[in-house]
Amino acid sequence: MKHGFLAICAAATALLATSVAQAGTLDTVKARGKLVCGVSLATPGFAAPDDKGRMQGFDADVCRSVAAAVFGDGDKIEFVPTNINTRFQALQSGEIDMLSRQTTQTFSREASLGLDFGPNVFYDGQGLMVAKSLGVSSAKELTDAAICTLPGTTTAQNLSDFFRTIGGKFELVVFESPDENRAAFFAGRCEAISSDRSDLASIRAVANNPDDYIVLPETISKEPLAPAVRQNDSNWRDIMSWSVWLLMAAEEKGITQANVDEMLKSQDPDIQRMLGVTDELGAMLGLDNKWGYNIIKAVGNYGEIFERNVGEKTRLGLTRGPNAQWNAGGLVYAPPFR
Amino acid sequence: MNILNDMRFRAFCYQIGAIGLVAFAAWTMFATASDNLAKQNIATGFGFLARQAGFVISETAIAYQPTDSIARAILVGIVNTVKVSLLAAILGTLLGLFVGVARMSRNPLLARLALAYVEVLRNVPLLLYLFLWYSLIILVFPPVKQALNVLPGVFLSNSGLVLPAVFVESGATILALIVCAGIASAILIWRISRQRRITTGQSNHGAFIACLVLLVPPLLLWGLGGVSFGWDIPQAGRFRLTGGLHVRPEFVALLFGLLLSVSASVAEIVRAGIQAIGPGQWEAAAALGLHRSRVMRLVVLPQALRLIIPPLTNTYLTVFKNSSLAIAIGYPDLVMVSNTVMNQTGQAIETIAIFMGVYLGLSIAISLTMNWYNARVALKER
Repeated sequence: MKHGFLAICAAATALLATSVAQAGTLDTVKARGKLVCGVSLATPGFAAPDDKGRMQGFDADVCRSVAAAVFGDGDKIEFVPTNINTRFQALQSGEIDMLSRQTTQTFSREASLGLDFGPNVFYDGQGLMVAKSLGVSSAKELTDAAICTLPGTTTAQNLSDFFRTIGGKFELVVFESPDENRAAFFAGRCEAISSDRSDLASIRAVANNPDDYIVLPETISKEPLAPAVRQNDSNWRDIMSWSVWLLMAAEEKGITQANVDEMLKSQDPDIQRMLGVTDELGAMLGLDNKWGYNIIKAVGNYGEIFERNVGEKTRLGLTRGPNAQWNAGGLVYAPPFR
Repeated sequence: MNILNDMRFRAFCYQIGAIGLVAFAAWTMFATASDNLAKQNIATGFGFLARQAGFVISETAIAYQPTDSIARAILVGIVNTVKVSLLAAILGTLLGLFVGVARMSRNPLLARLALAYVEVLRNVPLLLYLFLWYSLIILVFPPVKQALNVLPGVFLSNSGLVLPAVFVESGATILALIVCAGIASAILIWRISRQRRITTGQSNHGAFIACLVLLVPPLLLWGLGGVSFGWDIPQAGRFRLTGGLHVRPEFVALLFGLLLSVSASVAEIVRAGIQAIGPGQWEAAAALGLHRSRVMRLVVLPQALRLIIPPLTNTYLTVFKNSSLAIAIGYPDLVMVSNTVMNQTGQAIETIAIFMGVYLGLSIAISLTMNWYNARVALKER
């Protein structure tokens, strides 16, 4: 709460005191020499520091890809952990250059919060997790149960809508901090805990015995997660969007962190354009022509990022599901690079 | 005489200047903020209050559904804040009075215990206590499925305390009228009897009669069948108990944290107030043959009250503002509801303005009430 409130105050002060510069974010970032990227507070798999203090996770790697596109170095970056309440204010006030924080793209956010979303990087949906011992196999059985959640976001509203549709009632227990939320659930204060399915996997991973908990099959909402930038900076938005699409296209074309140097000799005109061997796509965005090469060299392709951070070999153990490539039955589809 | 040398005129000018500066600063801030918000295409204004809230609040003292407006949801938050602060202030004052008097006790064990109580409570941040009480409740008590059945119909678990609830089936209006009338006449009788006792110096049965007036008519009404009561007994549902009165652990933890912190402050205030009364008062009362406890109750405490009221106002203001720590342990107070609203609408400045306005308004109300009371009990100097 304290940090949240301070951040709101800082954002409000920034709004009150200064006339927000409308100059290009790219110039600001280049002049500063590093990208400032807003991520989650310690959420394993999406953004959490490892034992060496390096930020790891899916969202963090999306940030790195943009830093690599701008500077040719994915480590010219500063991560700012943002509170769920203040993430948009942090972006609006210019405290961060982009927001990559498990944020759902919605109509009202895009229309009224002064921001633009990039491509969907992760197709998620809200689910519910219960202890196996409860003997529940469907969310529809949870009438009259207590459900723990984090405040605000779309979570509480989706639950209300879900129980209204099935004509049931429930007790909502809301916690400001993710730690308190988890602790209350594990102690049995609530029968169920609700969040995005990716987040539930992350909560389950930190349980004493993850096998005691199951995520129920229902997905009660669509949660397409996307990074966002301030509105009215179309060049900066293009850089973010096409950096993300490049990750996706690289997977489709089989370019990986390991083979990117060999791929420079590839005869495929698409690959040549993406890696900056021919044409000058980078210059059109105000970037180095090797931007695509730099991104893949820094973080690998979309599939590699997924498997490294949240995939089946990690503690989160998520399958690709809707996040597979379009030609493998998923929704990941990058527009052509030409 | 030159008008510029007139003290009053100059003071007036300075004041106008100061007010002008403040107004100008406020206007500049407002204009810059709305200009920036408009530039960034961020929605402004209070139109969102009429929109449907769409979220559930688990603890509601007034009727509320997710289909109600956001304004109504915020009102629920305000009522929850007032409810917990008021209860904490009342219970904390009673407990603090007791602890404060115990600190002055001649029994060393009692006095030291009271001292330890005050020091332990005053020197650790309230937030940590809230986490402690809440963790204790949810870790010590069993999950709701293995709820302890303390008394028939009373269940204790880490989801809180569930009690059978009494509700009025019929005749609620007439009962309320009779109770109100009873209270009014009891106060009147008690005042008359006290006045008579003071003038004649003889004790009378005023208190007893007042009690009768208060209790007999409602009982008669009930006996004659004018009102009937029903019981709402908790029942085991599939997951938790339904029906009855539900006291949630979030509320209990917050109430406990607040009332203990109030009691520690009140104890110190009371001790200071008592010690400020000169030893001559004690000696004079003892010379009249009064017992120590009656000296305290009839001579010292009434005089100490005058010194106690002003710092007590501060304590009440603090407890009211501290209730916003509720958000840490999941009690839906004004701040928590506002946070949810802020998240859904993204209109942080307006929402924060609302809750700051509410806190300011209610704090001023508390101050005014306490000042009025202070003026009543203060020494009248003529």
